[in-house]
Amino acid sequence: MPYALREAIAAFRRTPLLSALSALMIALSLLLVGLFGVMAYNLQLVLRQMESRVEVVAYLRDDAPPQAVAHAQQEIERLQEVREVLYISREQALQKARAELPEFSGIFGSLESNPLPASFEVRLMPNQSGSEAVAAVAHRIEAYPFVEQVRYGEDWLDKVFLLRRAAGATTLVLGGAFAVVSMLIIAAAVRLAIYARRDEIAIMRQVGATHGFVRMPFLIEGLITGAAGALLALGATYAIFALLEGSVLDIEWLPDAWVLGGLAGGALVGVAASALAVRRYLREV
Amino acid sequence: MIKLERVTKAYPRTGLALNDVTFELRKGEFCFLIGHSGAGKSTVLRLVHMAERPTSGEVRVSGYASSTIRPREIAMLRRKIGYVFQDFRLLADRTAAANIAFALEVTGARQNVIRGKVGRLLAQVGLAAKSESLPRELSGGEQQRVAVARALAHDPLVLLADEPTGNLDERATWGIFELFRDINASGTAVLFATHNLDLVRKNPGCRVIELDHGSIVFDSAAKEAVG
Repeated sequence: MPYALREAIAAFRRTPLLSALSALMIALSLLLVGLFGVMAYNLQLVLRQMESRVEVVAYLRDDAPPQAVAHAQQEIERLQEVREVLYISREQALQKARAELPEFSGIFGSLESNPLPASFEVRLMPNQSGSEAVAAVAHRIEAYPFVEQVRYGEDWLDKVFLLRRAAGATTLVLGGAFAVVSMLIIAAAVRLAIYARRDEIAIMRQVGATHGFVRMPFLIEGLITGAAGALLALGATYAIFALLEGSVLDIEWLPDAWVLGGLAGGALVGVAASALAVRRYLREV
Repeated sequence: MIKLERVTKAYPRTGLALNDVTFELRKGEFCFLIGHSGAGKSTVLRLVHMAERPTSGEVRVSGYASSTIRPREIAMLRRKIGYVFQDFRLLADRTAAANIAFALEVTGARQNVIRGKVGRLLAQVGLAAKSESLPRELSGGEQQRVAVARALAHDPLVLLADEPTGNLDERATWGIFELFRDINASGTAVLFATHNLDLVRKNPGCRVIELDHGSIVFDSAAKEAVG
């Protein structure tokens, strides 16, 4: 077994409690990141679902010439943001209202004339449902002279996108903050390990070991601690997810890429923290 | 091989440790470095070992200069310099053989090379029978022999000794000194810092450099008192 790996493992044997505590603290930090990740991911799913339902409804004037309407429908369908355009005639609108609003059937039955306008229901491509794209489509439809009004839920759409951006930013900030906390914990553990081996390191340097050789066991130690903490956090996050998923909430587990990213992130944080601690120590002596 | 050219070393807190020191140690030479505590003996050794840089002047060792040497080159240079301390600096949880092997292991030597070399070094310092003893099971003199064997692990060009007999009784002192003389006889230069003037007096053929308050006040190679 190479010297660096042997020494890294020996460090765990020398101070098992400290090593376990370090991994546990990292696990706690990453558990919070993991739980927030599950929340952010499910929020993203919900928002994506809402986005897919975004549609632009254009109400047409009663005197709109049928030929111009048919031509406009073809033109709108050719827009790259648009998936399909449904033309809802005044009669179809009334039938739909009767079907969807049975509690008002009395009112609809007593009407002498149909008050509902014809309309276009414009469904957008899945990747074109951002608020700016939706507004652009709405403005183009508004330009037709026979279009009375265009509605696309601009108020709530803006809020949805704001929420999505906020969730993304919060995940980044929280992840960053906990990465820093984890790094501080690992760095403290590695500094203790360095202190415990200070005589050995002094001799290594005295007999001509390179900085890289001195550094390597500590980097491996940080890597193992970080990865162990990340694995623990993953297990705990999944346990909490499983508990909530069946009984309280209808939520989904994280995609593999997120899980692998979390594990790699934990290991990377461990290595980075060790590198910083060793670098500082080697500079001091 | 080792050259100090107008070397001055000052520390921020304690002030001047060496003042305008110039001398050269040639290949295979044995040189005593004497002087009172605080005279600057250890500073000279640390500068030669490139553990410190001079405040002014230049230290040259085996083709490397203190003003231009890079960290990786320092590691390579140290494989050509053996260093022995007063307090042995052995790893308490490793046997005599493991302490010597450590010096080879951390510079990437292969296990079969290490095994052969450790055996030879233990025999050279007269401890073949105690290879599996821990430092606490050895006398002071024996511990210093292990430290010398470790310092010889890379076949150094020069052996730096910082009061190597300071913690030893008279018998052990002479034993260790003889070991250094034998090593020197096989071609390794020795820079031997000591305040034991008895050793110096009984070896009149060796070169002596005396330091006082950071300056060379006597160099037998120059055959005259300096300053």
